[in-house]
Amino acid sequence: MRITQGCFSFLPDLTDRQIAAQVQYCIDRGWAVNIEFTDDPHPRNTYWEMWDLPMFDIRDAAAVMTELASCRKVHGDRYIRISGFDASHGWESVRISFLVNRPPEEPGFHLERQEAEGRSIRYTTRLLPSAAP
Amino acid sequence: MSSNVTTLDTKAATVTGKDRYKAGVLEYRRMGYWEPDYQPKDTDVIALFRVTPQDGVDPVEAAAAVAGESSTATWTVVWTDRLTACEKYRAKCFRVDPVPNSPGQYFAHIAYDLDLFEPGSIANLTASIIGNVFGFKPLKALRLEDMRLPVAYVKTFDGPPTGIVVERERLDKFGRPLLGATVKPKLGLSGRNYGRVVYEALKGGLDFTKDDENINSQPFMHWRDRYLYCMEAVNRAQAVTGEVKGTYLNVTAATMEDMYERAEFARSLGSVIVMIDLVIGYTAIQSMSKWARRNDMILHLHRAGHGTYTRQKTHGVSFRVIAKWMRLAGVDHIHAGTVVGKLEGDPRTTRGYYDICREDTVPQNLANGVFFDQHWASLRKVMPVASGGIHAGQMHQLLDHLGEDVVLQFGGGTIGHPMGIQAGATANRVALEAMILARNEGRDTLTEGPEILAAAARHCQPLRQALDVWKDVTFDYASTDTPDFVPAVTAAS
Repeated sequence: MRITQGCFSFLPDLTDRQIAAQVQYCIDRGWAVNIEFTDDPHPRNTYWEMWDLPMFDIRDAAAVMTELASCRKVHGDRYIRISGFDASHGWESVRISFLVNRPPEEPGFHLERQEAEGRSIRYTTRLLPSAAP
Repeated sequence: MSSNVTTLDTKAATVTGKDRYKAGVLEYRRMGYWEPDYQPKDTDVIALFRVTPQDGVDPVEAAAAVAGESSTATWTVVWTDRLTACEKYRAKCFRVDPVPNSPGQYFAHIAYDLDLFEPGSIANLTASIIGNVFGFKPLKALRLEDMRLPVAYVKTFDGPPTGIVVERERLDKFGRPLLGATVKPKLGLSGRNYGRVVYEALKGGLDFTKDDENINSQPFMHWRDRYLYCMEAVNRAQAVTGEVKGTYLNVTAATMEDMYERAEFARSLGSVIVMIDLVIGYTAIQSMSKWARRNDMILHLHRAGHGTYTRQKTHGVSFRVIAKWMRLAGVDHIHAGTVVGKLEGDPRTTRGYYDICREDTVPQNLANGVFFDQHWASLRKVMPVASGGIHAGQMHQLLDHLGEDVVLQFGGGTIGHPMGIQAGATANRVALEAMILARNEGRDTLTEGPEILAAAARHCQPLRQALDVWKDVTFDYASTDTPDFVPAVTAAS
């Protein structure tokens, strides 16, 4: 399966040139840029691991692309996302978030159903074990 | 502002002293409801009415009557006024202007002291402002165009239970409009078949599906059945996409008890969102808002019925006022127009509505129909919803008119796709993502839009088919509700 989180998951995977353009868009708006990675892409897994601190004071997307390359070197078999964070009043949250790396094979999820009263069902979304060793 | 009609007789002075309370009838403008020298206080509520007096009725007297009848006055002098600080409680019309290019119509500015209103109650506010006065005989027509809500009053409301930012955080969706679709046909599907539409649309790439305004609990589908099948569809779609999904479960019902029961059931099934219709009334909306706040639920409002009183320019209540009331009352989503779709919506007027929903400070902008500076004092923001006759081929125009913080709802534009619902959803999502990507890269999406869509369609057959089927569909009719002030045009160089 192909998880479709983030802003651009329905497009072909972004090239590094395309990623850099999106990063520059964030920088031009004064947003901090953050690189995060995970092996648990559960839709409710909010806190992916941070690849160092968010980058607050950069001017050029090249700095982020260097960090992304290092992150990929270590965690290339995981999901990696880039987000732009806007600290201005009234927002103070993420403005954009998109995937920049996927594992070679995405295991997907299994939906568990527990039958409860009155035909209600309690659902649990469980990550399937990776096929990779 | 041009005064192309009459010169107004604005000189009538308020009668004071003993004569003011002599039994009998006195003109409203002499009773203290016309005060041209009054300086509105920062804490006053200000209303702007479009007044169309009956033939022969003086415009200033008509405007003063509106002030009187929407505050303390009755048709005759009453001595019991003297038992109160009546000058404070009288609404004061302080300005009357002819409406540009509309003979016989006048804009009346009326200030109301904050003490006239119960804190945090839309019912109380509206009982005064639109309670009696719209049926007043000396007026041919009356329209409430806009209101300035002072911060002191705004602060008595909780506002939207979730707001745009927290909604995005909860859904983990940033940087693009959200995508939705209303399940069609809106009436007649069984619960099981209804859930099929929800599943296909969410799996195909939509974030939300939606009950329509009139889907409640009818012979063909009981509400519990719908909720159960819809939540099966939502959870399945989440598992196959890895994305948070939602479906607006309409809890509109005959009584508050029924609505609470339905909302509780939706919550127990894990829904992230419920919906209500505007026709349930202001008090019911505020009750559901408080329920949503207690239960971490996004609250969607379908503006069912508003067209009966918002659409005609001379009589009723402008939708910009309804939007302000709903931000106070506390809804997270409100349908606010598409500009390009099948329903009423002049571009600049619609822009005014969107600003009212989404900005913290909305400056006066007459060309957009916004008459007052409005400060929301950090009240949470309402996500506008664009729904009705829109399709993937308009994506660049939608993004240009409506911006990023909006739910784009393609009902027919998803379900009517020649290859099915999932394909329809995918076409919309691909078109949207391609447009956002291009915009962020600095391209001029409004002019290059069709090219960008065509390029995206090369790797996406469903988008190719959608563009083919709907390429010529537009709804190009004159709007009935347009701004009265045109922006200054500079000669092209």
